[in-house]
Amino acid sequence: MQEVAILGVGQIPVREHWDLSLRQLAVDAGRAALADADVAKVDGIFVSNMTSGRLNKQRHLGAMVADYLGQRGVEAVKLEAACGSAGSAMRQGILAVASGEMEAVLVIGAEKLTDTGFTETTSALATAADADYEIIQGVTFVGLNALIMRRYMHEYGYQREDFAPFALNAHANGAKNPNAMFRDPISQKIYDNGRIVADPISLFDASPIGDGAAALLLVPASKAPNAVRVVGSAVSTDTLAIHDREDPLWLKAAELSAKQAYEQAGIGPEAIDIFELHDAFSIMAALSLESCGFAERGEGVKMGQRGDILANGRLPISTMGGLKGRGHPVGATGLYQLAEAVLQIRGDAGEAQIDGVNIAMTQNIGGSGATIATHILKRP
Amino acid sequence: MEVSRHWRLQKQRYELVGETCDSCGVKLFPPRDVCLECEAPAQELYTFTGLGEVFSYTTIYDAPAGFEHNAPYQVALIKLEEGPIVTAQLTDMALDEAYIGMPVEMVTRKLRTDGEEGMIVYGYKFRPICFEPVVN
Ligand SMILES: [Zn+2]
Repeated sequence: MQEVAILGVGQIPVREHWDLSLRQLAVDAGRAALADADVAKVDGIFVSNMTSGRLNKQRHLGAMVADYLGQRGVEAVKLEAACGSAGSAMRQGILAVASGEMEAVLVIGAEKLTDTGFTETTSALATAADADYEIIQGVTFVGLNALIMRRYMHEYGYQREDFAPFALNAHANGAKNPNAMFRDPISQKIYDNGRIVADPISLFDASPIGDGAAALLLVPASKAPNAVRVVGSAVSTDTLAIHDREDPLWLKAAELSAKQAYEQAGIGPEAIDIFELHDAFSIMAALSLESCGFAERGEGVKMGQRGDILANGRLPISTMGGLKGRGHPVGATGLYQLAEAVLQIRGDAGEAQIDGVNIAMTQNIGGSGATIATHILKRP
Repeated sequence: MEVSRHWRLQKQRYELVGETCDSCGVKLFPPRDVCLECEAPAQELYTFTGLGEVFSYTTIYDAPAGFEHNAPYQVALIKLEEGPIVTAQLTDMALDEAYIGMPVEMVTRKLRTDGEEGMIVYGYKFRPICFEPVVN
């Protein structure tokens, strides 16, 4: 297997894009990545998306994107793993290049969630969970995370307010990212007054949905000596439903995929400079920190309270807003995380730049933890 | 709509029928034919007692389509006395009554309705275990 590098990145700002179709979003992001890499033709395209069949009445995105991107003829396919679609597509793109089968691969994540009403969109997103044993009980996706958060608070003795640093940090960083959906920092007071969506989760513990697309162009590292390296890549799975987990407060698939990625990179968690984690909900940020070895069990929240997660902290997270500040266009999210990590390593993150980022980790979660993709990127 | 889909699950929805692992004895709900603990075949049917306790709970205000009729309502993780956890609604109680550790029992209730003349899906919910008052 040969080492893989990321030669180009492209992102569309996360917004309610009433003027852009799913097709346009995907194609624009793909073009931006091709231009950034200065590459015209690719050997393969992996598209990630969760809801297009239901919300946009369009499947077959691989061929559609290849067609409209001027890449007719190339192998192209869509991958789906709920909110973990993009990280999973990245993994497949890496395997294609690492194996030597393809030399230039585009990975494009695109999601269009705002053409449909709130009820239709949320029920499409709920298909990430177990339809027969979770969703039929009237639980929403927010509700599932609320169940985990309440149990976490009960076992480890936290209050709702203790989770505030995750939201405050994400919004402070999102304010510095032109591609973020929310550009205003929030205060502790605003967090405290957030409307309860599903007790104990308030508005600011949850990420906003939006339309978006992000793309990466992958090539063999030997062909691009100055490009950011992929030094770790792994995807793991866990039970589809939370209630089937041996420990509902532990992201087993995060632990497994992180462990594999650390081993491939030949490093441990202490070597990671920044961590773009999947903070779709504050509780998921805490669990991710614990399951990946950055905090002891039950101590993930304390990293927020101590300021470890801030831009100038020990382990900056959500450095360009995370899912809360940048927004969460579900099937594209994992590629936004990767694109942001690349910008941070290159020193191209603008106002959001963290000093001296050599090694960045990203983690993209599908459903409530059933699919988890972890990647580690390194300065060449 | 989806009649056969819900018909197939009636033993689980109405009676909490799961399975027992032949080799380690672990009880499984929902049934999955393979043990979650030891991965041995687990196909012997087992009917759960329906007794358990609240492991966690939340209140749903923005109900999904088909569930608007009883919003707001509470959904919980229920730890059954045989071990497995199930996701289910709490019923027959006020919204501020639930607590972690609360003893509950399974009952059959209406889960979802598809419009005025649509199909109604019934299934398990859990209610507090009521102790009969002692009458002298
Ligand atoms: Zn067994």
